[in-house]
Amino acid sequence: MKNKKLKLFTIPYAAWMLFFVIIPIFIIGYYGVTDSNGNFTLANIFSITQYEHYKSLFLAIYLAIICTVICLLIAYPLALILRKLDPKLSGTLIFIFLLPMWMNMLLRTLAWQILLERKGVINALLTMAHLPTLNIINTNAAVVLGMVYDFLPFMVMPVFNSLSKIDDSVIDAASDLGAKYHTVLFRIIIPLSIPGIVSGITMVFIPALTTFVISNILGGGRILLIGGLIEQEFMHASNWNLGSGLSIFLILFVFVFIAISMFFDDEEELA
Amino acid sequence: MGKNLIELNHISKIFDGEQVIDDLNLSIKENSFVTLLGPSGCGKTTTLRIIAGFIRPDKGNVIFDGVDITDLPPNERQLNTVFQKYALFPHMNVRDNIAFGLNIKKKSKSYIDDKIKYALKLVNLDGYEKRNVESLSGGQQQRIAIARAIVNEPKVLLLDEPLAALDLKLRQEMQYELKKLKNELGITFIYVTHDQEEALTMSDTVVVMNQGYIQQLGTPEQIYNEPENAFVATFIGDSNIVHGVMLEDYLVEIFGSPFKCIDSGFGKRQPVDVVIRPEDVDIVDINSDKAILKGKMIGAIFKGEMYEMECRTNDGFEWLIHSTDLVEPGKEVGIFVEPENIQIMNKPASEDEEAVEVLAELNEE
Ligand SMILES: Nc1ncnc2c1ncn2[C@@H]1O[C@H](COP(=O)(O)OP(=O)(O)OP(=O)(O)O)[C@@H](O)[C@H]1O
Ligand SMILES: [Mg+2]
Repeated sequence: MKNKKLKLFTIPYAAWMLFFVIIPIFIIGYYGVTDSNGNFTLANIFSITQYEHYKSLFLAIYLAIICTVICLLIAYPLALILRKLDPKLSGTLIFIFLLPMWMNMLLRTLAWQILLERKGVINALLTMAHLPTLNIINTNAAVVLGMVYDFLPFMVMPVFNSLSKIDDSVIDAASDLGAKYHTVLFRIIIPLSIPGIVSGITMVFIPALTTFVISNILGGGRILLIGGLIEQEFMHASNWNLGSGLSIFLILFVFVFIAISMFFDDEEELA
Repeated sequence: MGKNLIELNHISKIFDGEQVIDDLNLSIKENSFVTLLGPSGCGKTTTLRIIAGFIRPDKGNVIFDGVDITDLPPNERQLNTVFQKYALFPHMNVRDNIAFGLNIKKKSKSYIDDKIKYALKLVNLDGYEKRNVESLSGGQQQRIAIARAIVNEPKVLLLDEPLAALDLKLRQEMQYELKKLKNELGITFIYVTHDQEEALTMSDTVVVMNQGYIQQLGTPEQIYNEPENAFVATFIGDSNIVHGVMLEDYLVEIFGSPFKCIDSGFGKRQPVDVVIRPEDVDIVDINSDKAILKGKMIGAIFKGEMYEMECRTNDGFEWLIHSTDLVEPGKEVGIFVEPENIQIMNKPASEDEEAVEVLAELNEE
C-alpha cells in the first residue's frame, strides 16, 4: 500500500528520464549509425579517425587532464585545511565556495571573458599599475582557467567528504607510532581518501572533456574541442549523423574511463 | 619499582574557557599499573593525551625518564597508545597495521616478521596476519591495536578505556589478559577507565579524578577502604554517607547515638562525614545491646552473590545493606557497625576547596 503511494511519486522522474535522457539517447543512437539516406553505417563513428576529429579529441583530453590535475592540486590542500577547521566554520566556507555554482555556467564563463579580454578588466588594472598586460584570451590557458573555475567545486566536495570521514584517532594513532606528518599524509590520509579523489577526478574530467561552452567563449573559436566539434555538426553543419556518431564515440570513451576509475575505487576497498 | 618514570608538574589546560585540568601533579613509577578513574568529562582522556603529546598543556610540564618532553611531538615520544575506538588503519591488513611503527623505524623484514608473530601470539591471534581488520570482531580489533602498540617496545603503554566497547564477558576476559600481558612485558601501564570495578581489579595505583582535580591517589584497597572524601566514597562502590559529629577521639555520634571508631585528631564536636560500606552494616537483634540504631527493614533484592537490603532507622535515614543472610522486609532490627569499618572524613566547605585540600595533602607526601 505504502509502496504504491511511493511509486506514484516516481512517475514525474520516470517521465523526465524518458523524455530527456532515454529518448534523446535513442535518437542519437539512430542517427549515429545511419547515413543521410537512413541506411545503416558505422562511418560516422569511425570518422573519429579523421585528422580534424581526433585532433580535437586529443586536445580535449589534454586540456581536461591539465584541468583535472590543477583542480586536484588546489582542492586537496584546501580540503585538508577545511577538514581541520571547526565544522561550523568549514560549512560556511564551503557554502561560500559553492555560491558561484548557483549562477549559470554560461554567465560565469562570459564573466571570465570580460575579465580576460585584451582590453578587459584585468588588463585595465594591470595597465593602471604599469604592469605588462596578460594576453591569454583565446588560448588553451584561458580555456583551462575557465574549466578549473567552473569545475573546481566538483573536486573539492568529494575530496573533502572522504577526508572528513577519516577518524582523527586513526591519524593520531599513526603519529603515536612514530610517523612524521608527510608519512601520515602519504601512508594514511591519501590512501584513505582515494574514493573521494577518484570521484573528484571523474566529476571534473568528464565535463571538462565534453565542454563546448567554455572553449567557445574563452577560446574565441580558435580552440576546437571534441564537444565543440559535435556542437558544430549539430548546430552549424546540420549534419546530425556525423554529430551523433562522434557523440557515440565520446560516450563510449567516457564509459571506458568510468569503468577504469571504478576499478581503482573497488581495488582500494578490497585491499 | 622505584624511580619515577613520568611526572606531571602543575599541569593546567583550558578548553574554550573551561578549566579542564587544574594544576595537576602526578608521579608514575616505573613498572606500575596506574589507572585514572573518574566520571565522564573529568579530564582523564585529556590527561592521557597530554602524556602522549597530542595536547600541549597551557601550564606545567611533562617529565619522562628525567627529561622534559612537554614540547616533544607524539611521534618522538617513547610511548604508545591504545585508543578507545581501536583506531586501526582500515586500508591495511592485520600485518601491515602491526608493522606500521616498525616500518617507520626501518627495521629489517625478518625482525618485523618475528615481532609480529610474537605479538600476535601474545594477544592470542596467531595466524591472523593476512586478515582484513574490518572483518574482525571488536575484541579482536582491540587485541590488534594492543599488538600494534607493543611491538614498538614502548616504556609506557597508554590505554584509553580500551575495553569500553566490549560486552561484559569479553571485558572481564580482556581485563585478565591485559594484566597478564603487563606482567609479561614488564612495562608501565597508564590506564583510563570510568568503571570503578575495572580500576580496582587491575591496577596497583588508582588515581580518582573529578572536575580536573585528583581526588585521591592510592592502592585499590586504600581507595576502597579509606576514601578521603565523600566524592571518592560515592564514586567507588556503594556506600552510606551520613552526617556525624566527633564527640571525642575514637567516638563519633551518628543520629544522636555514639559509635566507636578508630579515628582521632578531630576537634571537639566537629561535624564530619561518615562513610559506611553496605557490607559493613551489621543487622542485629533489636533487643541486643549491640543495637545502637533501631529501625525497620523496608526492602530486599536478591543480587546473586548477596542480598541488597534497605533499612529505615527511626531518624528516617535509609541504610543500604549487603549481606548473604536475608532479613525479611517488615522486621524490626538493630544496626551495629564495627569501629574499623567506620570511615571519618572532614566535611568540605565547597567542592573546589575539597579538591584543593586533597591536592595539598598529596604534595606534602
Ligand atoms: N579538544 C577539545 N576541545 C574542547 N573541549 C574539550 C576538548 N577535549 C576535551 N574537552 C572537554 O574537556 C573536558 C574533559 O574531557 P575528557 O575527554 O578529558 O574527559 P574524560 O574524563 O576522558 O571523559 P570520558 O569518560 O567521557 O571519556 C570535557 O568537558 C570536554 O568537553
Ligand atoms: Mg575519555
